[in-house]
Formats: sequence, C-alpha cells, structure tokens
Amino acid sequence: MFRESIIMSWKNIIHNKMRSFLTILGIVIGVAAIIALITIVQGVIDNVDEQFDKLGANTLIIQASGTPLKSGLNDYDIEALKNIEGITGIGPNVSLNMDIWYNGVIYENINIQGRNDIYFNKFADRIRSGRGINVLDVENKNNVCVISSDFEQKLFPGENGVNKTISIGGIEYVIVGVLGNDDNVVSVTTMMSADDEDIMIPYKNLMNISGMKNIVSLELYTREDANKEIVTQTVKTVLNAAFNYKDDSYILIEMDSLLDVMKTTQQMMKGMLVGIASISLVVGGIGIMNMMLVSVTERTTEIGLRKALGAQPRSIQLQFMIEAIFLSVLGGFVGIVIGGLISYIASNAIGIKLALEPSAVLLGFGFSAAVGIIFGSAPARKASKLNPIDALRSV
Amino acid sequence: MKKEILVMKDIVKVYHMGDEEQQILKHINFNVWENEFVSILGPSGSGKSTMMNIIGCLDVQTSGDYLLSGQNVSELNEVELARIRNKEIGFVFQQFQLLPRLSALENVELPLIYSKVPPRKRKEMAENILEKVGLKDKMKHYPNQLSGGQQQRVAIGRAIVTQPTILLADEPTGALDQKTGHQVMDLFKDLHKEGRTIIMITHDEEIAKNAQRIVRLLDGNLSEEVKTDV
Ligand SMILES: Nc1ncnc2c1ncn2[C@@H]1O[C@H](COP(=O)(O)OP(=O)(O)O)[C@@H](O)[C@H]1O
Ligand SMILES: [Mg+2]
Repeated sequence: MFRESIIMSWKNIIHNKMRSFLTILGIVIGVAAIIALITIVQGVIDNVDEQFDKLGANTLIIQASGTPLKSGLNDYDIEALKNIEGITGIGPNVSLNMDIWYNGVIYENINIQGRNDIYFNKFADRIRSGRGINVLDVENKNNVCVISSDFEQKLFPGENGVNKTISIGGIEYVIVGVLGNDDNVVSVTTMMSADDEDIMIPYKNLMNISGMKNIVSLELYTREDANKEIVTQTVKTVLNAAFNYKDDSYILIEMDSLLDVMKTTQQMMKGMLVGIASISLVVGGIGIMNMMLVSVTERTTEIGLRKALGAQPRSIQLQFMIEAIFLSVLGGFVGIVIGGLISYIASNAIGIKLALEPSAVLLGFGFSAAVGIIFGSAPARKASKLNPIDALRSV
Repeated sequence: MKKEILVMKDIVKVYHMGDEEQQILKHINFNVWENEFVSILGPSGSGKSTMMNIIGCLDVQTSGDYLLSGQNVSELNEVELARIRNKEIGFVFQQFQLLPRLSALENVELPLIYSKVPPRKRKEMAENILEKVGLKDKMKHYPNQLSGGQQQRVAIGRAIVTQPTILLADEPTGALDQKTGHQVMDLFKDLHKEGRTIIMITHDEEIAKNAQRIVRLLDGNLSEEVKTDV
C-alpha cells in the first residue's frame, strides 16, 4: 500500500510538473534559506570563535585597582601567581600615551604598551618581521621596541622599520620587530581597552619611564587541561592575601566564561535567524495545502472509484498524506541542494570555511516533512471522508 | 436448491430535495440466487443507479432490510463496508472509470492492493485476468491508448479479479457502439457460464435480454419477473 501510494504520488507530481514545481517553490525557498543561514552564520561564528580562542582561551585577567597601601601588583605577586599549578605564564600589561620623536618630527600621544617575553612567546605569530621582546630584553631593561605595521608606515613609508631607532620620552629605542598587518585584534587586554597599540617595549622600561610602582593589569595563561575552577580559586586566595583581604581591590576576568557567554549569545542569534526563516516554510506549507485541496477536488471521481473497489478511508487518507509529504520533502531536498550551493558561494565570497553541518541538512528534511504532515492532513482527511456515490456521480 | 446471495426486503430510499421528500425506491423486494444473471431494466430516472448503489454497499436504504451473503449490511461500519465492497462486489461502470495514469495491468491490480495481496501474486493474478478478457497484448497500455470496448474489458477484469460474490454492472454497454457492446455481452455470458453471479442494470431492452432473468423498475417500483429463454 505504502509503495503503491509513493508510486502514485510520483506519477501525479510528474503529470503536473509545472504545478508541482510552483507548489514546492515555497518549501524550496524556505529550506534553502534555513540551510544557507545556518551554514553562513555558523561559518562566521566559527571564524570569530577561532580568533577569540586564539587570544582569549585559557586566559585569566587581573585588573587590580589596589588598596591605599598597595596600589597594584608587583614582581613578588607575579612570582607567587606564576607558581600556581595550572598557570603556564604571566604577561603584565602596562600602558601609557607618550610623544615619539623620529627624524626631527614629533608624533604626539602615541600608545605605548609594556609587555614581557612570555606575551611574545604566546603570540609569536604576530611578529611579521624582526623578533619579539625576549627575556634578556626584559631582565636587562634593553631599550628595544616592537611597533605596529601602521606605525611603521607612518614613520618610514615604504621602508622596513627593523633596526631603525626612535626616541621615546627622550630615550633612544631600537626597533627589533614589526607586527603583522591584518591582526586587528591584539590581545584581550588591549581588545577590551580598545586602544590602538602602536609601540610595545619591555614593561619594566615603561614602568621606569612613567614612574609607576605597580602593575595594574596581568594576563594569566593557563594550561589547556587545567582545572579552571581550582586555578581561579587559588589565584583569588593569592590576591586576597596580597591585598589584605579587601576583595574590591581587584577584578578577576575569566575569558573562558566570557567566551561561553559569547557562544551562547551566538547560538541564540542563530536560532532566531532560523526561526525567522522558518516563517517562509509556513507559507510553503499553505501552498502545499492549497494544491492538495485542489487535487482532492479534481480527483473526486478517483477517490469514489477507489472506495468502490474497497479502499478503506485510512488508505485514502494515507495516499493523500504521502503525496503531501512527498511534495514537501521533494521541496526540502531541492532546498537543501540550493541552500548548500548558496552557502558554498557565500562562504567563498566572505572568505570563511564552509560550515555545512549534517544537523542542518537533517533539520531541512525534518522541517519539510513536518510541513507536509501538518498541511497535508486536512486535505487528506477531507478526501477520506468523501462519500463514494457523490464522488462517482460527479463524472 | 441454490443459495440466496442477495435478499432485499421492503427497501425504501428517500431523497430530500430541500423541504421536499422524494421516494426513489418504493418498497422493493428482490432476491438473487447463486450463479444467476439478472437484468434490472428501466428508463432513465427510474431509480436503477440508486438501487445499484445500495446493492453495491455504496449507499444505505432509508428503510427495509438488505442481506448480502447472509449479512445485514445496515449493521456494518465504514471499515467493514469497505471490506465488503472489496471482497463481495465487482463494479462495472458505464464510463469504465479506469485511472488514466495507471496501465491496464495496474488498473486491474488496484482492488488487490486493497485486499493486501502481495505485489508478485497481484501481478500474476492481474495478468491471468487480462489474458482471459482478451487483452494479453495490451497489459502495458494506458487507458487513452485503448478503445472503448478494450477499456470496458479492462474494467470487467478489474471487477472480477477479486473473485467477488456479485458482478454488478451499471449500463456496461452505455458508452459503447453496438458491435463492441455485443462483445462485452458475450464476455458477460462466458463469465456467467463459469459460475459468476451477475446483476446488470440497463435501459436497453435488447441488452437486458442477454440475462437469464429480467426485472423491470418503473418509478421506483419493481415489477414481476420476466423469464428469458437464455
Ligand atoms: N443524491 C440524490 N439526491 C436527490 N435526488 C437524487 C439523488 N440521486 C438520485 N436522485 C434522483 O433519483 C432519481 C433516480 O435516479 P437514478 O437512480 O440515478 O436513476 P437511473 O439510474 O435509473 O437513471 C432521479 O430522479 C434522480 O434525480
Ligand atoms: Mg443510472
């Protein structure tokens, strides 16, 4: 019975090619929209997440405002924090805006970041040419700096800045490295302070220049497999002791939980977009219902005949149901193919990875089948309730 | 003594046309025995199709009793009625009523699908029947590739493929020319000789004479039976 119904549906669809095509168009568009949206949005999300993961994953940030007695963190605190199990390294971040001299020209209000070797080890791939600040630079307070590629272009248009010398606060600094160009996102700390970083020097040098006694901001890098809760707890214990148990003296930001929040938001956004796209499926479903009602009316005689030959109301219902599902699933299939193509083209155009998920394909199929069931059931019930004599007389 | 297959007692059928009541069948008493070939003869509008619909379990009488193979049809529900139509009745219509998108073979298979005969068996049965009605070489043809007479023979094949208790034909030659009409009648007579019970409805005196027995329907009244010498 099932097989015959499917064959019969196929014949009817083939017989009314144009009409069938127009009927499934709504479903095709709906499913294609859902697939393309899910895929493209997921691609963008993956892309963003990848960048954030690179910079922010496995990172804790301490912003210490300090107490009247102790206005920030110092090297002893860094030593204590460094020894916590699960922490692989600590990158201090101090920042100051200063004027720069080069070749008799003053560049005012340039952002200077104080960093250490650990930061440059972690983000080694940021260096485009030259090298980063290393451990000797930090220990010996060498007058070396790394500059951004924008700043390089400002100072030495068309030239390589490495090994050139600039003056920061009246002291000569040798440029040892230049950052890559397309790296807009810098590190979580600068990302959050929204500064344009132009120059990086060993952090102790910057503290000397500015006369700062303490470090306000630290990035703690944790091991991938470390128990984040325990690490966080231990860090808090150390900080509480350092700041004499005044717990409003510092803020501890767990990047991983921030990332989690971000990911949750992304999924909600994605769900919302899919929800909006699903509205078009409802429209498609109404198209199918309309077509099925027309079909029932057109085939009144056929229904009457089938009943005269002994078809149970259930069989008639099943047949029209299968036809509706067949139509909508066919639409779903075409929609998945078209949606996949759109995703492929769009991903290439935006320059992201194609993130076509099997779950999206399943969702497309599931949605279209559901539409067939929901919108096919009323016409199918109508067909099954037709009175055979009325149906046969309508010849 | 032969078995009584069909017993109609005091059958009345009333149609409501707005406020007006119209009695189409007026206290009909009618019996059919096993292996009979009966014609119901009457002019257009006399109530023949109404009677056939009741016999074929497509409609129910307003009052009276109708027993088919000993079962009181008015006591049956929708599902049981469908089963009766499938197993006990084989319909032949004036307009053939073949499904245009199915081949001759598939049309004949149709009632077997509803009696859940497995596909291979179904095909075999349908092929045998088509051979029997002389359409062995037309099995794959679609209705629009067949003549009227051929289409009616496919329809007859479809009606008998389930081995029904009664073959019920409503004006089976009504849409055919005289020659093909006669061929169809010859087929009916052959089927009768093989032991089938046939009830044929017609307005044509000549066609009616092909049957063993003729009953006349006039304005909803069934008149006494006329024996033919077939
Ligand atoms: N469903 C119906 N409602 C009202 N009147 C009907 C209905 N079916 C048939 N009739 C009337 O019953 C009469 C007999 O119809 P029918 O049985 O089809 O006659 P026949 O087949 O002998 O030509 C006709 O007058 C017809 O108009
Ligand atoms: Mg009639």
